[in-house]
Amino acid sequence: MEFNRQQQRQRVVELPVWRRRALLVAVLFGFMLLVVQSVSLQSTNKAFLQKKGGDRYIRTLELQADRGKIKDRNGEILAGSSPVASIWVNPSVVKMSEKQKLILAKLLEMKVAALDQKVSNKQKQFIYIKRRIAPDLAEKVKALNIAGIHLEREYKRFYPAGDVTSHVVGFTDVDGNGQEGLELVLNDVLAGKAGQRRVIKDRAGQIVEELEVVREPSDGDELTLSIDRRIQYLVYRELSKAIEFYEAKAGSAVVLDAKTGEVLAMANFPTYNPNNPTNINGKTRNRALTDVFEPGSTMKPVTAAAALEFGGYLTTTKIDTAPGYMKIGPATIHDTHSYAELTVAEVVKMSSNVGSAKIALSLDKQKLWNVFNQLGFGEKTNIGFPGEVRGKVRDYKTWRPIEQATMSYGHGISVTLLQLARAYTVFANNGALMPVSLVKLDKAPAGHPVFSASVANSVKDMLELVVQEGGTGTKAQVAGYRIAGKTGTAHKLGPNGYERDKYVGSFVGLAPASNPRLIMAVMIDEPTSGKYYGGTIAAPVFSSVISEVLRLLAVPQDAPNANLVKPAIDDAEIQEMI
Amino acid sequence: MQMNLTLFTVLIVVALGVVTAQHEARKMYSEHERLLVLAAQYKTEYEQLQIEQSTWAMHSRVEEMATKQLQMRVPNPQDVQVIVLDGVRK
Repeated sequence: MEFNRQQQRQRVVELPVWRRRALLVAVLFGFMLLVVQSVSLQSTNKAFLQKKGGDRYIRTLELQADRGKIKDRNGEILAGSSPVASIWVNPSVVKMSEKQKLILAKLLEMKVAALDQKVSNKQKQFIYIKRRIAPDLAEKVKALNIAGIHLEREYKRFYPAGDVTSHVVGFTDVDGNGQEGLELVLNDVLAGKAGQRRVIKDRAGQIVEELEVVREPSDGDELTLSIDRRIQYLVYRELSKAIEFYEAKAGSAVVLDAKTGEVLAMANFPTYNPNNPTNINGKTRNRALTDVFEPGSTMKPVTAAAALEFGGYLTTTKIDTAPGYMKIGPATIHDTHSYAELTVAEVVKMSSNVGSAKIALSLDKQKLWNVFNQLGFGEKTNIGFPGEVRGKVRDYKTWRPIEQATMSYGHGISVTLLQLARAYTVFANNGALMPVSLVKLDKAPAGHPVFSASVANSVKDMLELVVQEGGTGTKAQVAGYRIAGKTGTAHKLGPNGYERDKYVGSFVGLAPASNPRLIMAVMIDEPTSGKYYGGTIAAPVFSSVISEVLRLLAVPQDAPNANLVKPAIDDAEIQEMI
Repeated sequence: MQMNLTLFTVLIVVALGVVTAQHEARKMYSEHERLLVLAAQYKTEYEQLQIEQSTWAMHSRVEEMATKQLQMRVPNPQDVQVIVLDGVRK
């Protein structure tokens, strides 16, 4: 011990001076390196390094924006978003036992092979296993605690009214983008914009400080439609009954508020479930807007109004319709009976083609075309719906006499059901045509005057005759209210002209006739049960819907409850020539 | 010397105060965050319930239950008289 210490002391003493200096230089050099490096880091690489440092604790968070709800005019939800979970896997890190795999596959109702296939792609960092599962199921998956399997919160759109409103509302795809209907047109309004904020998180993942809000999230706007879910349901129910009963291929119905032009209901068949839009080919069309048809006799009131407005006719002007048919060029048009002399009102009531044709041929082409045009035929309604079509009204310069004649009773002119319903607003508003809207309005918009008030009201009176004894629309009667309306039946247009045994039956009506609040148009396409007159197949739909809706809305009655005349029993009595 | 010592003590106290305040602020902030998350949860739950209610209240379902289970029926239109009281309607 003593010896050692002595030796050490001896050695220290014996150290040469250069070693001390060398050491000093080395240490100073080391310090210098540190200084140089720190200066260079501070000055040249500062931004980069700060960012890298920040990446360790600063996190950018997505702030989700909610997609706006779609509501009906009374605030009932027609479309809303609800959170669901999607399960994704990072195949490059996933680790699970065979047992876990089995349980997972069972929970997700997947085949193990399918699961294996998704997990086995080691190149990928992100693969969805299953999207949009219920939150409680997601909790069970989470409880399995498998490394590499993650949950992501997503929103799924729900449509509580299901197939009742599907054509109007539409639906979104799996990523939440609108695919059909209003969800598609108003996607930008409904969607909203996601926001972002930067925060500092501690080791446990808790947010300890907010640095900045990069972008405020803005939720999508809520949309209030003009649709009334109750009326929509009644229309849906009655229309589906009629289509089933008459074995029809398709059908549509529209209910308008006669004063404001708001669409209270719009239903079509076939329909589909927007909550699970599979196998929907051909079912998604909102036929009331996207499909045209030749309206048939529902066009006659328009002809009559034109005749009163500028043709010098009075309601009581007599027209000779004998002998029940009429030759125009090579073609012949027919009535069901030979009525001999009919007044203009009776032409509408009996739905006489010959009478209507004679009136039309006496009118000025351009003025008649102008009426069609002003009523919106051949033009889109601008209701703001995807796939709306304009229909077809030929230019008056190309009209031949036969065309002018047939157009007066709705052949050789094609319209959408919405156009037809809208045209009838003139008879409810003293001659003014109302714009239509699918969005709830605060006040009635200004109408566009087409006919004078006296002409419009005279034609409305004629339409009341149609549903009374001897008219073609008796089945449209409603207990306690006066109804005005017109039936229509037409052959369908095929590739080789009119199809012999394919028909479209329709009815358009106003209620109550004394002061119309509602307009309803019904169209039934290709009934195959043997009955096809509009007065037989479409008028009852009108009656059953409108009788409930008028009472639902507590519209004051304008007739006693015992106002029904015995409705026609069979087709023969409500036959109209087509 | 006396002065310096006093200031040093004050400095230490203040420094500790800053640390404590910072800690408190972060605690409160994370509590705030937690409550925001909770609020968002309640909001989505509320919306979920609204949708659920709306789905249960589907007209076709109510109608079926009323007619089949409760043997109810809609009165005939002829049996319903709409009465309008003056002054009640706009």
